[in-house]
Amino acid sequence: MSDNPLLKTPLHGLHLSLGARMVPFAGYDMPVQYPAGLMTEHKHTRAAAGLFDVSHMGQIRLVGAEAAHALESLIPMDVMGLGLHQQRYGLLLNEQGGIIDDLMFVNRGDDLLLIVNGACKANDLAHIQAQIGQRCQVIPLHEQALLALQGPSACQALARLMPGVSSLVFMTGGFFTWQGHDLYITRSGYTGEDGFEISVPQAAASPLAQALLAQDEVAPIGLGARNSLRLEAGLCLYGQDMDVHTTPVEAGLNWAIQKIRRSAGDRAGGFPGADHVLAQLDGRTPVHRRRVGLQALDRVPVREHTELQSMDGQRVGEVTSGLLGPSIDQPIAMAYVDTAHALIGQRLNAIVRGKAVPMQIAPMPFVPNRYHRGPK
Amino acid sequence: MSLKYTVEHEWVRPEGPMACVGITHHAQDALGDVVFVELPEVGSHFDQGAVAGVVESVKAAADVYMPISGTVTEVNEALRDDPSLANTDPLGAGWFFKVQASEPAQIDALMDEAAYATLVGQ
Repeated sequence: MSDNPLLKTPLHGLHLSLGARMVPFAGYDMPVQYPAGLMTEHKHTRAAAGLFDVSHMGQIRLVGAEAAHALESLIPMDVMGLGLHQQRYGLLLNEQGGIIDDLMFVNRGDDLLLIVNGACKANDLAHIQAQIGQRCQVIPLHEQALLALQGPSACQALARLMPGVSSLVFMTGGFFTWQGHDLYITRSGYTGEDGFEISVPQAAASPLAQALLAQDEVAPIGLGARNSLRLEAGLCLYGQDMDVHTTPVEAGLNWAIQKIRRSAGDRAGGFPGADHVLAQLDGRTPVHRRRVGLQALDRVPVREHTELQSMDGQRVGEVTSGLLGPSIDQPIAMAYVDTAHALIGQRLNAIVRGKAVPMQIAPMPFVPNRYHRGPK
Repeated sequence: MSLKYTVEHEWVRPEGPMACVGITHHAQDALGDVVFVELPEVGSHFDQGAVAGVVESVKAAADVYMPISGTVTEVNEALRDDPSLANTDPLGAGWFFKVQASEPAQIDALMDEAAYATLVGQ
């Protein structure tokens, strides 16, 4: 990958004109921050609305009567039971139950739209094509960009352009038209805030981004704040907080596996690594380590790969993501910890530059989610 | 007296046999919002180039190197309390520590303003 020139999203020119600092990410030249800076961008997203270019992510259509059934053979989620325009979080697994990628998928009626990580999209596409390409059409949407608008004012700002979006609730989507362009918009995101993800044809991406940035509430937000926002929201970053060596149960993602795919469910198993994953879910196989959240009791930031020790000095785990959370104003981290120590309230020491920094296992999210779930 | 600079993006302001040390405008800009600093202990001795402190933003951590051999005489407690001073006033209120130089000639050998500007491409 390092030999290839960096790819550019349709918003590349806009990022440069906004004064973004660009960095290589998932093979693309992407904005890590704008002149406002990470801290301001992060807080703006929690206070108003932030616009993110996530066009590096992969968009894949699965088309055909068998598509939902076929996708269930790759992920331990209920796909066949997904209602029209409902969206779910999913995990592509390998034969050992390790996580190949995490993704979002939505039932658009005529197809399933999958959103996968940018760094994984080529592998994901090859994997999906090889495994279920005989049962449904697997169509990568190279011509689509993806924008995310996140924050408590996101709905207000987007609804000025497309009034219909306010009727969406968290994890649902719909087709919309903006200036003659067809968009697919879901009410979802990766910041813990209310917000939207907008699949837009490349040609319309920059005009739409500019129309959104023209709204008072909206500021452009880089990948730096995207990372701090998702960590405060307790959301995993693929490649950092989980990978092919991590199972869904170790990663604390049991909630993502619907009952119907679990032992004794109507469509139990039938996904890669099912024996191992279901045995872990049922408690038949011990789970040796688990993902936890940690808060530092000092102000010392604790970063990825930092060793964690029990109070008696035994190595019991390792940090996978960590930073000073701009909203919580405290160092926070995700880590994998031996199950015996993976209890809320447990004190551990992070070994930072040879010194012990006291931390405590804390519930996640670190900052409460504010998703729009609609009337009860 | 004018500032001297290192390739590691520290600045040094000679004050007689003493030198005041901080990070450059370029360094704070590259790091982004500084949220934490670790400062050396007063009285400790460092050789030139040794790691004497740490500066961290939300996204990155960087070592602060001792620009000259010497003994730390004072550290900026205000910076410890408000690390953002390294962003808002890197050459002034955001200073890191003061050193008694054990080899004052090392100061003269550091980069001047023009050489540093060339290094950072300004």
